[in-house]
Amino acid sequence: MHADPVGVLTGAHFLDGDHAACEGAIAAGARFSAGYPITPSTEVVERFSHRAPKIGATFIQMEDELAASIAILGAVWGGVKAFTVTSGPGFSLMMEHIGYAAMTETPCVFIDVQRGGPSTGLPTLPAQADMMQVKWGSHGDYEIIALCPNSPQECFDLTIKAFNFSEQYRVPVFVMMDEVVGHMTEKVVIPRAEEIEVEPRRWTTQDKSSFQLFAPCGEEQTPEMAKAGDGYQVHVTGLTHDERGYPNMTPAVQDRMVRRLVSKIRDNAEKICLTEQHDIEGADVVVVSYGITSRVAQRAVETARAEGLKVGSLRLITAWPFPEHIIRAIAPKVKGIVVAELNLGQMVREVERCAGGQCRIAHVGHAGGTVHKPEQILKAIQEVAR
Amino acid sequence: MSSPIVSITAPANPVEDFLRTDRMPHIWCPGCGIGTTVNCFTRALLESNTDLNKLSIVSGIGCTGRVAGYTNLDSFHTTHGRAIPFATGLKLASPDMTVVVYSGDGDLFAIGGNHLIHAARRNIDLKVICVNNLTYAMTGGQTGPATPLDVITATAPYGTYDPAFNLPYLVEAAGAVFVARWTTFHVKQLARSMAEMFKKKGFCFIEVVSPCPTLYQRRNKMGDGLDTMKFYKEMSKTKHGAPTNEVGLTKSGEIIVGKFVDRERPDFATMMNAHLQHELGDQYIQAEGPVCG
Repeated sequence: MHADPVGVLTGAHFLDGDHAACEGAIAAGARFSAGYPITPSTEVVERFSHRAPKIGATFIQMEDELAASIAILGAVWGGVKAFTVTSGPGFSLMMEHIGYAAMTETPCVFIDVQRGGPSTGLPTLPAQADMMQVKWGSHGDYEIIALCPNSPQECFDLTIKAFNFSEQYRVPVFVMMDEVVGHMTEKVVIPRAEEIEVEPRRWTTQDKSSFQLFAPCGEEQTPEMAKAGDGYQVHVTGLTHDERGYPNMTPAVQDRMVRRLVSKIRDNAEKICLTEQHDIEGADVVVVSYGITSRVAQRAVETARAEGLKVGSLRLITAWPFPEHIIRAIAPKVKGIVVAELNLGQMVREVERCAGGQCRIAHVGHAGGTVHKPEQILKAIQEVAR
Repeated sequence: MSSPIVSITAPANPVEDFLRTDRMPHIWCPGCGIGTTVNCFTRALLESNTDLNKLSIVSGIGCTGRVAGYTNLDSFHTTHGRAIPFATGLKLASPDMTVVVYSGDGDLFAIGGNHLIHAARRNIDLKVICVNNLTYAMTGGQTGPATPLDVITATAPYGTYDPAFNLPYLVEAAGAVFVARWTTFHVKQLARSMAEMFKKKGFCFIEVVSPCPTLYQRRNKMGDGLDTMKFYKEMSKTKHGAPTNEVGLTKSGEIIVGKFVDRERPDFATMMNAHLQHELGDQYIQAEGPVCG
């Protein structure tokens, strides 16, 4: 279906990433947000609080991130699309409900505008150091989807994508921004509503007496939804549950449930993995990056190519599920892979795992606070190409 | 052909329709008061003629947290302490829904204490039923925020020395519009109080003092479930309108019960809609419930 024109500010705008992400959420159909202020993400909900009353949406500022992250889940079961926004310290508090959302298969979107950590860290300065936390931060086995915009335009586009994936797979989806992308201002083009594809919630039409809220359907292995008030008397629990949603403490049901929570994403990973690839065919070196770092890496790659080096680039738009198949295809054909990221070694571990020792892996880490210098990445390219 | 046998079917218990009978037996211990409160709850639903398709129940974690799972309603068993913020989102997204929060003293007042006071401050239209068994029962009877002084718990083997919250006093101070307390001995009064609360708009709160014979009563040599009923009967005193600062519980002292607070204050949604309408006029589009797809 197409976006509801009520929420869509069609036209060319000059927006920062935070504001663009808010517009993306609205265009995707979000009509509820609960937030707790935290730098550098607050602008997203500030804008939403301004826009909400004029588009039939609700914003509530909660008492903390624990509350914000579960208020959105309550709203989803009430029938709306909902999201929340945070940064590192708040993201740590939200882990509880990321697990609950994954367990209860509640479609929702979290936007994390990453800043330097650990702890209070660098509130106003960038990092990309929540990349493993977003995947592994809540306890237990589960899968999520995480997208990494590198511009305000992508903050808009990928937030819509995030909502669409969340509905398609009934899974929490994360827009992993960083302080620079969140605060940089660029041209953002918002298409007409009829040009924006929006995934509707998959409301069930099954018979009330036989419908099962957690019985998988289709190749997405994802159950259909019913909301409170539909007459289905749904039961939703964070306990291990059977297809009816009833608690069941047996290893057999645990095995069936957790395997499906994981396989619905892993089995569909190739459809979910979005990347931008340049000059990988015939390359000696491939530079892997994501988010703001991809824009610095681009300069390094261009310089290296001008020097005659055979360098390609792979930008992870989807970080999770990790595009394993792409790394597995590249690794045997290149001398090495350079991974640049604003942390001291997170996504590089995935690259190493998938490369399986078939090529050299060089990591260009950074503790955060600013972005890399292109020369740092260039130096790594030159070393690996040698 | 044999003549038809007269079929004898036991008359259905009137509360059965409200329960997920396919989930019985429940997990609660003999003598536990939680089942009694659920019986009162279903009777209150009957009495108040509440549209069950427009009523949701939200629980946190703990023995009382299991209530949601046994009721044949749209029911949500959430995370520890977070029933109230979940219910807040549900209520705001679905304004026509009656949203009941059904949880225990530890869940609502310790790990969930911050959410409780803020929901009361905002006057979110939630009906909160707190079964107060004075301990963390699910985990084995540890000291909780409502455990009275000088009682033995799993984590206070020499007796408690940290003062308990007086739940009605705290909730009134935070802004609740309806505050009552009963014990599981007062089944008629409790059911009536619940029915009254379903009709009241705003943040409403009922404390139900309830036994945990397995842990609290046993450790403190207070007898079994029946002994606790006798204790409640003997020590309870109904005092409607009692000042809440005078209703704190002690280990073996008087239990003041009754409706303590019943006042009018516009709820969150009413305040929000009126304010935004005033500020934005025709530009204001009120959220009207489920809108996606």
